[in-house]
Amino acid sequence: MTTAVMATLDPKSRAAARGMSDLAIRNLFIIPTIAFLIIFNVFPLIYSLGYSFTDFRASMNAPARFVGLANYRELLNDPFIWSNFVITAKYVIISVVGQVLVGFGVAMLLNRTIPFKGLITTLLLLPMMLSMAVVGLFWKLLYSPNFGIINHALGLGTFEWLSDPDMALYAVAIVDIWMWSPFVMLLSLAGLSAVPKHLYEAAAIDRAGPLYTFFRITLPLVAPILMIAIIFRTMEAFKTFDLAFVLSSQPTTEVISIRLYKMAFQQWQTGMSCALAYIMLIMVLAITNIYVKYLNKVKER
Amino acid sequence: MAAVRTSTERALNRLAIVCVLIVTLIFLAPIYWIASTAFKPRELATSVPPTVLFEPEITPFVKLFVRRSQLREPVAPEVYDEAPWWEKLVYDDGERLVRSGRTGEVQLSGYPDRFLNSLIVATISTILAVGMGTFTAYGFSRFKVKGESDLLFFILSTRMLPPIVVAIPMFLMYRAVGLNDTHAGLIILYTAFNLSFSVWLMKGFIDEIPREYEEAALVDGYTRMQAFFKIVLPEAATGIAATAVFCFITAWNEYAFALILTNREAQTAPPFIPSQVGSGLPDWTVIAAGTFLFLLPVAIFTFLLRNHLLRGMSFGAIRK
Repeated sequence: MTTAVMATLDPKSRAAARGMSDLAIRNLFIIPTIAFLIIFNVFPLIYSLGYSFTDFRASMNAPARFVGLANYRELLNDPFIWSNFVITAKYVIISVVGQVLVGFGVAMLLNRTIPFKGLITTLLLLPMMLSMAVVGLFWKLLYSPNFGIINHALGLGTFEWLSDPDMALYAVAIVDIWMWSPFVMLLSLAGLSAVPKHLYEAAAIDRAGPLYTFFRITLPLVAPILMIAIIFRTMEAFKTFDLAFVLSSQPTTEVISIRLYKMAFQQWQTGMSCALAYIMLIMVLAITNIYVKYLNKVKER
Repeated sequence: MAAVRTSTERALNRLAIVCVLIVTLIFLAPIYWIASTAFKPRELATSVPPTVLFEPEITPFVKLFVRRSQLREPVAPEVYDEAPWWEKLVYDDGERLVRSGRTGEVQLSGYPDRFLNSLIVATISTILAVGMGTFTAYGFSRFKVKGESDLLFFILSTRMLPPIVVAIPMFLMYRAVGLNDTHAGLIILYTAFNLSFSVWLMKGFIDEIPREYEEAALVDGYTRMQAFFKIVLPEAATGIAATAVFCFITAWNEYAFALILTNREAQTAPPFIPSQVGSGLPDWTVIAAGTFLFLLPVAIFTFLLRNHLLRGMSFGAIRK
């Protein structure tokens, strides 16, 4: 019977019928991954959503008591949490602006005929590939007021980078800028090299000044890719944990992730920390949504 | 890349080259400082002013691998003379090896175990993530999937979750089933974390392989599975390798999950290395040596990956 059916099919599906059907293969290839992600990413989030409505403390044996929206209400009325968000916002702005200025600037420099361009680009990309926690830690030595190379090289005497509460956040952001400017540079370079050369030639014939050329030709054409870099870095800077955590113990560098870590694993306010995690999660998903929209936009071009 | 025509343009270009060189030196300086500190004698690591030129030593690497304690009194000359060269280096720094009570065996420091843990966890999670990711990417690339863009968004969004947010419930769940501080626990999490990335990146690579290749094979009597394994996989080999290196580096560098979910047995190097900078004056040469060895594989991989970095960093959205 099978042979009879197969004879009536076209060769492609006949081939499929010999093995598994395309539909079965598609499901076999896709479903395990989706299931894996649901079990290990979505299920834990549902689990913690449940705990966010309780006063559960993981350090104690007492069973969780349902408290309704009390955790959320308390968090949103807590001025300390708001100050953590303000610190995070400041950190995001300083480091993303820094990365865009440095990264785009270096990309502009590199977008010329430069000897050993490939090697230089690869070397510049090295910092972002390294472990933030491990390399970030080493900046403690570089920042050291007495024997740090930074103070020595810049002639700053015994300038306090990390132990000065006002300076510490900038010090952490500088390391972030060092690590991630190359990322903005990489994407900017891709954008710059895609600008059609005839546009520049036309501008040169029209005797357009360099500023006009930059603002009317270069920037608008690089903007979509630059936007991807900016949104991605904003999202990453918003979630930042490693760098600030290993580099500084100042309250002025307590970004929201560090606050969350302390609440969950030092004060063991598990229920409360699940609620804070949810507030953070919603913010991150909102940025992710914008990011994916831009990714698809650039992909379509 | 304007062609160099006038003398002003030539001067500008030269200025740009000088600027690029300066920027490159500044960006590499911290990495140079790590590498050079790893070979410094202890007192030069924190000298005032900082030492740039010195005679390199291997002592920090010896000290990195063994347990040591401060020498209370100078070591007896006959003991010193009989010690192997590497033990002499430790004595020279005013420290002695810690030996097991009865056997007198040299005890290792925590570093080699942590390094090995990093290697195990990163390697296995990479194989799993790239394996599953390649199948799934093929599924999305070649077949009609209902709600494809929503599913792909869901897959990508799992990558964007803040680690601490996921770590809180994971910690509670792992505690309930005994997966805290195990290799398996970290491997599962890193696989989940890298899976989304692997699907997105591999989809880009597989999209570029012409469908005609498989269709020709199907006409020739291959099954879809055979076509996948014999035609698509070899064509995607470069993409698979690049994706694997990216996943490995991500797992290798990961800090927050490892900090929260491991403490002894399965601890990886990223949370271990900072924990060595305790109170008091840390021995920066040993920390630098540990950091140097830890960064070395990533530095090598970065050079191998250089042509794929753009793609990996933009989740396959932008190609060179």
